[in-house]
Amino acid sequence: MDINTPVKTIYGGHYDKYLPEWTMVVEALQSEFGDFIEEILMPRIAATDVPIIQIRKSGMMAVLSRLKEGLGFSFLTDYTATDEESEPRFRLVLQLMNPTTKARMRVKIRLSEQETSPTLIPLWEGANWAEREIYDMFGIRFEGHPDLRRILMDMRWEGHPLRKDYPLRGYQVFLTPEPLDPELLK
Amino acid sequence: MSDSNPKNFKTDLPLDVARWGIPSTYDVSVKRDTDDIFEDSKVLVNIGPTHPAMHGAFRCMARLNGEIIEKSYCEFGYTHRAKEKLGENRTYHQFVVYTDRLNYCSALINNVTYAMAVERLMGIEVPERAVWIRMMCAELARVIDHLICVGINAVDLGAFSFFLYGYHQREKAYTLIEKLCGARLTTSYTRIGGLMADAPEGWEKEVKEWVKETRAVVDEMDRLLTENRIWLKRTKGVAIMNREDCLKYSFTGPNARAAGVDIDLRRDQPCMFYDQVDFDVPVAQTGDVFDRYYVRLEEVRQSLNILTQCADRIKRGPIWADDKRTRIPEKDQVYNTMEGLIHHFKFFMNGFNVPAGEAYTSFEAANGELGFYIVSKGGPAAHRMRIRGPSFWHYQGLDPMIRGEYIADLVAALGSINVIAGELDR
Repeated sequence: MDINTPVKTIYGGHYDKYLPEWTMVVEALQSEFGDFIEEILMPRIAATDVPIIQIRKSGMMAVLSRLKEGLGFSFLTDYTATDEESEPRFRLVLQLMNPTTKARMRVKIRLSEQETSPTLIPLWEGANWAEREIYDMFGIRFEGHPDLRRILMDMRWEGHPLRKDYPLRGYQVFLTPEPLDPELLK
Repeated sequence: MSDSNPKNFKTDLPLDVARWGIPSTYDVSVKRDTDDIFEDSKVLVNIGPTHPAMHGAFRCMARLNGEIIEKSYCEFGYTHRAKEKLGENRTYHQFVVYTDRLNYCSALINNVTYAMAVERLMGIEVPERAVWIRMMCAELARVIDHLICVGINAVDLGAFSFFLYGYHQREKAYTLIEKLCGARLTTSYTRIGGLMADAPEGWEKEVKEWVKETRAVVDEMDRLLTENRIWLKRTKGVAIMNREDCLKYSFTGPNARAAGVDIDLRRDQPCMFYDQVDFDVPVAQTGDVFDRYYVRLEEVRQSLNILTQCADRIKRGPIWADDKRTRIPEKDQVYNTMEGLIHHFKFFMNGFNVPAGEAYTSFEAANGELGFYIVSKGGPAAHRMRIRGPSFWHYQGLDPMIRGEYIADLVAALGSINVIAGELDR
């Protein structure tokens, strides 16, 4: 029993309900952006709940704006990253939802350690803080982000806590209070 | 000011100009508030991190022109406890207690959602009685959360007695929760594949009585505040977040529904037995403080309806899933048999293995969509435990929401989106 066992009380009819839409979207993306798509994992075949579309960084904006504008996946539910401990190291993970049909999809972008990613603020303004959090936690930089500062940790913190090689114990000491943010004085 | 409505000087302008169009040098097209002696004086105001109106440790800096907020920015992270990191270093069972401390006003919803997320990865189906109890827990927690949100929002604007009505019912609800699991605030009630303990005999009857009382109290609260002229003036048309902005900033839950985003995951993505109970989803259109208040108040009534239906349909039966992997051994076995003792130790020390896979499981929490994105690579701890807290996205929308509003309305706006520091900082 694993993720592909249909559990009646946790979105039991989820797969059957959304499979036509998922197939339609995946086919549309494949015919339009075949070069940019690295891999597509479908539920029941791979160990996932919704289709995972892994795209190249170069086609990121094109595929995402197509998903947002044309294919109806216009709601950015969540934007995060994972540290895979192998090369390329990071995955940006977007959870998208279609607000009309409530179908969900997951888009992943592979990034190596030094790579930057274009910011998604032009598509979703809400991505602003999510990107700041990814920067804070994983150290992934976003090109064109207007205000890429740490969001949860102290401004002077060193290291990025959610990286797998970050130590579990330890502390950093600051003897002076955090300086006033220059952002507001502009 | 001669006019009775202090905001009248803005109302003849298009909404966009009134909300967004106040540039840093005060626009002459906007009529001036001649009584405001501080007009055109730029002041930086810092609110928080420990300020009674902030409801948690977060900070808001605002640049004021007179009394109007031109620009603001928010800072948080003061209660950051690295829950996502802990999720990668604790077993799935051990992580249950950390979910309480997300949105501590509705800890039971977090417990239920987390249990569902792990059960989905493991393909476990909990028995009917456990599902009904979980639904009742979720709705109880939702009522508590909404009562405290509307109550505190009213306290911030000066209506203290309104809060006490809700507080009394909330206290009784906590007593009901205490009967379930012995704890009032940090419940840790669910287990993966079941519940910590069965509901006591007659618990659902007590819930029904409480529902009856609460219904009367909510109606009374409604009569007390909703038509109040001061309340209407402080909330109507204040801190508007319209539908497009809500979608841009990923607003969910009551805050989005107040602006006409008709999404309720209980109805649209039914889990548990929500497809078998009858309830309405209240939706408002404007997206101002009043709408957010009224949607919440109406949702309390709907939750009470769901609670009655659950209490009617709940039956005796097992509360643990028929799955050996996650079953915590019974205490008489632990104390009296060697196998039981070993199993007990193995369970709590080593945890159970969750098959490889990844899933994003979300549920309509009191504030909005609460999601757990768990990536498992096998083994007893997650590879990535991402918590999507609705407050994080709502707090981000605070700046566009309050731009062009009075500084006093910042408090109203903040109370109405119900930002909870535990969920925001994780």
